[in-house]
Amino acid sequence: MSRQNLSGKFGELRAKAEGALIGYLMAGDPSPKTTPELVQALARGGADVIELGLPFSDPVADGPTIQAAGQRALAAGLDIEGYFELAEALDTEVPLVCMTYYNPVFRYGPERFVERAAKAGISGLIVPDLPVEEAAELHEHCKKHGLDLIFLVAPTTPDARVRKILEKGSGFVYLVARLGVTGARADVSNSTTELLSRVETDLPKAVGFGISTGEQAAEVRKAGADAVIVGSAFVKIIEEGTGEGKDVTERDVSERLEALARELKSGMLGTN
Amino acid sequence: MTGTTISEPHVKKQELELSSGLKNGGKGKYGKYGGQYAPEILMPALEELEEGYEQYKNDPAFLRELDSYLKDFAGRETPLYYARNLSKKYGTKVYLKREDLVHGGAHKLNNALGQALLAKYMGKSRLIAETGAGQHGTATAMVGANLGFETIVYMGAKDVKRQQMNAYRMELMGTEVRPVHSGSATLKDAINEAMRDWVTNVGNTHYLIGSVVGPHPYPMIVRDFQSVIGREVKEQVLEKEGRLPDSIIACAGGGSNAMGIFHPFVGDRDVRLIAVEAGGKALKCTEKAALHSACLCAGEEGVLHGARTKVLQDKNGQILESESISAGLDYSGVGPELAYLAETGRVTARYATDDEALEAFHELSRLEGIIPALESSHALAYLKKAAEAGELGEITIVNLSGRGDKDLDTVFQHMKGDLK
Repeated sequence: MSRQNLSGKFGELRAKAEGALIGYLMAGDPSPKTTPELVQALARGGADVIELGLPFSDPVADGPTIQAAGQRALAAGLDIEGYFELAEALDTEVPLVCMTYYNPVFRYGPERFVERAAKAGISGLIVPDLPVEEAAELHEHCKKHGLDLIFLVAPTTPDARVRKILEKGSGFVYLVARLGVTGARADVSNSTTELLSRVETDLPKAVGFGISTGEQAAEVRKAGADAVIVGSAFVKIIEEGTGEGKDVTERDVSERLEALARELKSGMLGTN
Repeated sequence: MTGTTISEPHVKKQELELSSGLKNGGKGKYGKYGGQYAPEILMPALEELEEGYEQYKNDPAFLRELDSYLKDFAGRETPLYYARNLSKKYGTKVYLKREDLVHGGAHKLNNALGQALLAKYMGKSRLIAETGAGQHGTATAMVGANLGFETIVYMGAKDVKRQQMNAYRMELMGTEVRPVHSGSATLKDAINEAMRDWVTNVGNTHYLIGSVVGPHPYPMIVRDFQSVIGREVKEQVLEKEGRLPDSIIACAGGGSNAMGIFHPFVGDRDVRLIAVEAGGKALKCTEKAALHSACLCAGEEGVLHGARTKVLQDKNGQILESESISAGLDYSGVGPELAYLAETGRVTARYATDDEALEAFHELSRLEGIIPALESSHALAYLKKAAEAGELGEITIVNLSGRGDKDLDTVFQHMKGDLK
């Protein structure tokens, strides 16, 4: 099955005046063989893009939920090559974005990493510890191999930096909803609304960090977002259904993932 | 000693010489090392810190206040002590720079004072720090109490358990010690957690990093505040010997005491600078962990905690846990400038194993009546090796970065184990 890229996908959604759901899963959590079905569950629930985490031992931008998922994936033996094989074999039309930290990319070799990612059908990269100042090399390789390099913009990012980031970024721009790390939270902060109106770009604006319900998604959509990024809320479902003594089947986990994706996507269907 | 400037003019010139030949020089780059590999949320804070530092490092009021704290609170200057018995044994003149006599028992306070005062001038009200065994945490707790900050120290849960008295000591001074359970529950996880706190509370909080590591401007700031060690040494050795030493030896984990004593000598090409890393049990790795902490000797290029440097990692770029009998050297990375100086050959990187460090620990205690920290014992262990090989020249200075009182239990347990 051929995969769409990000601009194709967002163009299509824009034409339908539909907001996007970007769903995050850690590849290999709880084991590499479970990942394909979990990805399918998100896609069935309506995820428009899948952000597939490549685990790193020291993920400073992530909260405890995603860090624990990375540790489960590493313990299950997922390495970089295994990650690419997994991504390559996924039977889905949904565009894939790889999220990881810079050291695994650096160690694998930035150009080799981008080349391999392109071959595996990955559309874009998110590297949260690689600010725009350090990204020249990776950016060049991404351009050459047709991958989008997606940057984050935070509530603390001044306007001049926002412009610099928008010059280099493609695919979409990842707006950090609030200060802190990834992880589900109860409310949508004012800083999200402020940030959405401050960032002026033709790129789709995707809001992440702390979003976990359809209601929040609808609120973010109304404030002007083209997409929401949801990770920890999905990963929590996997965490709750995994491990010794857990009385939950893989099917239960899939169904819950699908249901949450459906709820979030329905929050994004309203126009902004 | 009146340390009225943080960097001496001749040092600045040397830096220019060093950086002129660099291809990818950028912000905070030392050759290809260093940089700012930090989450976007922190980038403005790093810029603010750099601007604050540039503003105050030459500000007479700031420097006066820092000097007075260094003198009356920390107890500087520290002596350059001629170790008569050690010298006799090794047939070369050995001087010890007595950082073990700084308040708190280690060089850590030099940097903690500088950064806390800077934070105060910048209007911050909250200090956070990471600590391994508790030395840097203790130094942060001391300045936090003295300068009136709300202070939080992140410490790996394993380390809290191993170093209960150090955690208690910080609490006595009003610091909140937060145990970190994530990851390997040691120093690198404490750094991760402190960074997470910082991204959440970046407005009112200063992250007081304890070594010459992290994203720019930290390696530069910590080096500059620790350079008081090397500046004093230079004056003292000229006074005592009328010339510069042939060799300077310092232990290196992150590398703050090493950069502190080396930095003012980097331009003095005839002075051999030797960084001694923790060789742990052996210079080998298992699949999940290194048996040592020797990043310069056996690490590979990588990006950790905001900087490109030498790190301990597996072939997939996962960071390996490190190991050393000395908690202060037990870290999977090393300061980027030290990585650069080692690569260009200006600094010689060596290592000493746990056993060699222990032997040196006992030797200095018996010969000089000074119980060294296990960290500093690595520098002393290499002194022994190098002196026997005749590599040191006539005058050698060892940075005695800390006192060994904190290590008595570790050494006691180890000796008990040996007797079994």
